[in-house]
Amino acid sequence: MARLLIDKDTCTGCESCIPACPFGALSMKEGVAVVDEKCTFCGACVDVCPVRAITLEKEEKAATIDLSAYKDVWIFIEHEFGKVSNVSFELLGEGRKLADAVGSKLCGMLLGDKESVDQFAKEAIAYGAEKVYVMESPLLKQYRTDSYARAAVDLIRKYKPEIVLFGATTQGRDFAGTVATTLETGLTADCTGLDIDPETKYLRQTRPAFGGNIMATILDYPNYRPQMATVRPKVFSMPPRDDSRKGEIIRETLQMTEDQVRTTILEFIKGAETVNLVDAEIIVSGGRGVGGPDGFKPIRELAGVLNAAVGASRAAVDSGWIPYEHQVGQTGRTVRPKIYIACGISGSIQHQAGMKTSDIIVAINKDPEAPIFKIATYGVVGDLFTVLPLLTQEFKKRLGR
Amino acid sequence: MKIAVCIKQVPDTTDVKIDPKTNTLIREGVTSICNPFDEYAIEEALLLREKHGGEVHVITMGPPQAIEVLKNALAVGADRVYLVSDKAFAGSDTLATAYALSKTIQKIGEVDLVICGKQAIDGDTAQVGPGVATRLGIPQLTYVSKIREINLEKKKIIVERLLEHGREVVESSLPALLTVVKDINEPRLPSLLGIKKAAKAQIPTLTAKDIGADENRIGLKGSPTWVVKVFSPEARGGSGEMLKGELTEIVPLLVNKLMDTKFIK
Repeated sequence: MARLLIDKDTCTGCESCIPACPFGALSMKEGVAVVDEKCTFCGACVDVCPVRAITLEKEEKAATIDLSAYKDVWIFIEHEFGKVSNVSFELLGEGRKLADAVGSKLCGMLLGDKESVDQFAKEAIAYGAEKVYVMESPLLKQYRTDSYARAAVDLIRKYKPEIVLFGATTQGRDFAGTVATTLETGLTADCTGLDIDPETKYLRQTRPAFGGNIMATILDYPNYRPQMATVRPKVFSMPPRDDSRKGEIIRETLQMTEDQVRTTILEFIKGAETVNLVDAEIIVSGGRGVGGPDGFKPIRELAGVLNAAVGASRAAVDSGWIPYEHQVGQTGRTVRPKIYIACGISGSIQHQAGMKTSDIIVAINKDPEAPIFKIATYGVVGDLFTVLPLLTQEFKKRLGR
Repeated sequence: MKIAVCIKQVPDTTDVKIDPKTNTLIREGVTSICNPFDEYAIEEALLLREKHGGEVHVITMGPPQAIEVLKNALAVGADRVYLVSDKAFAGSDTLATAYALSKTIQKIGEVDLVICGKQAIDGDTAQVGPGVATRLGIPQLTYVSKIREINLEKKKIIVERLLEHGREVVESSLPALLTVVKDINEPRLPSLLGIKKAAKAQIPTLTAKDIGADENRIGLKGSPTWVVKVFSPEARGGSGEMLKGELTEIVPLLVNKLMDTKFIK
């Protein structure tokens, strides 16, 4: 067991450590800091103690596996509706840097039927993969947890990558959780930063927690490999495509039959919107200030001119003005567009958790005290029903639409 | 129908704020709540029990004070609740947590359905649900926004999953594990009688030994991942620019600024 040790004689009772604990595990008792069972041994308090009264005793975990057997950085090439997801290409771009830092090869892992793997393996190479490990089967035509997890587990067990990265999409998160559990290895969710520790060459994975209020950097113990992570879309930029690149394709066939797959996809009901929130470069969002379902009309008009997706705050969704799939925030979707235009949204912590990493935030609100202005790049105090039509008109004029 | 629901006590992020001076989380006065997505999980289990009969078993793993979320579960109508709590679980990551929960569900036994929230709002990993399903060797249906049909005789379930581009309708064999999104129902409030009953209830605590957990697979020992550093995110680049003046001036100015970004095509 690990232990957090607080030296009672050294502790001055300054209380610096108390707010530093993300889990609220520290408190003061008789003038010195004490720790309770909420402690997760993250070590956040160790660094802030001005008198070094806190030490963390970690159990030494020696490597019990042959680490040198694990090589290369693998990127899961996710595809849906006959198209590779952009996040997979973004990860090939970032994966290149990681592979160079550990001195290994950058590879794609591609699962699908014949038609899709033939096409997408070439694309993975064009975006930087030196090798593509392919599992081909009609059972892999569409993503299903059972067949995909089996395929990935078989490939990973056979070829032993050191690092495997997935997009943190609904598919990637459904998939990676199953693969990591089957392999009994570590998985870090929803990363926004990746780098290689220069000394140990281990993967350092950085991710937001507590609705983005804190960031945590996570490592995998050396007796678990591969190191796996899901990574948020749009964090890394797309690498250039070069169709003249050459790469090796390694093909395997899936040893599985349809009756071993426990789910069947009956149909897919496409969303009513032409632009979806997760892929959108621009989002126009409405909150309590829109006042009713009709209040989304000026929002949709501006979104139409900008080819933007329509978002909403929880207040608007819970009032029944717009369906849940539009909700941005902690209990809705997390988005990262280039431009987020918040209209009549006050900007609660929960809403911010879903959108504050947008490149540019424009806030339009009647209340000059609304918290949204604190994170906005540009703020306009005014009634959205006056401001939006003017904005729509001006964009139409400039864009000639 | 026997349903197990996994829930988690989390800090209420409405209260979680950053101290502008020290740039650290202010924990004082932060209340603990049931993870919002898990309330939909409990409600869906109660609705299924109303329709098909059976029992709803609610499990949480956490420190002793996590008992509060179980009392809420009892108050809204859960049949049995279990607190899985032991110092040996401290430092468990998602792999170790999923293992402990799956051992608890196996102890409850003969479960037709396991329901979890899509993710917890503190860690936001969405990994424990798939982890539990994999450990139990049952199919998982994540991001479920609607249960269309359950046939206990034929042991099958049809659900709608809310994905990025729309809704996928999937049929699966039972037993299965679902993770649910907010759209699936409207959680009920506890009745006065329910609250009274819950206040008096004795809630059993299950230790690592009680659930038959392998000590090498729980706590820090059973966790492959390790938090090495916790820090505050970079604040957004300075405070924003408030555009002041008449709208006839502000609007073209804002459009200029946004057009200059080249993001609008």
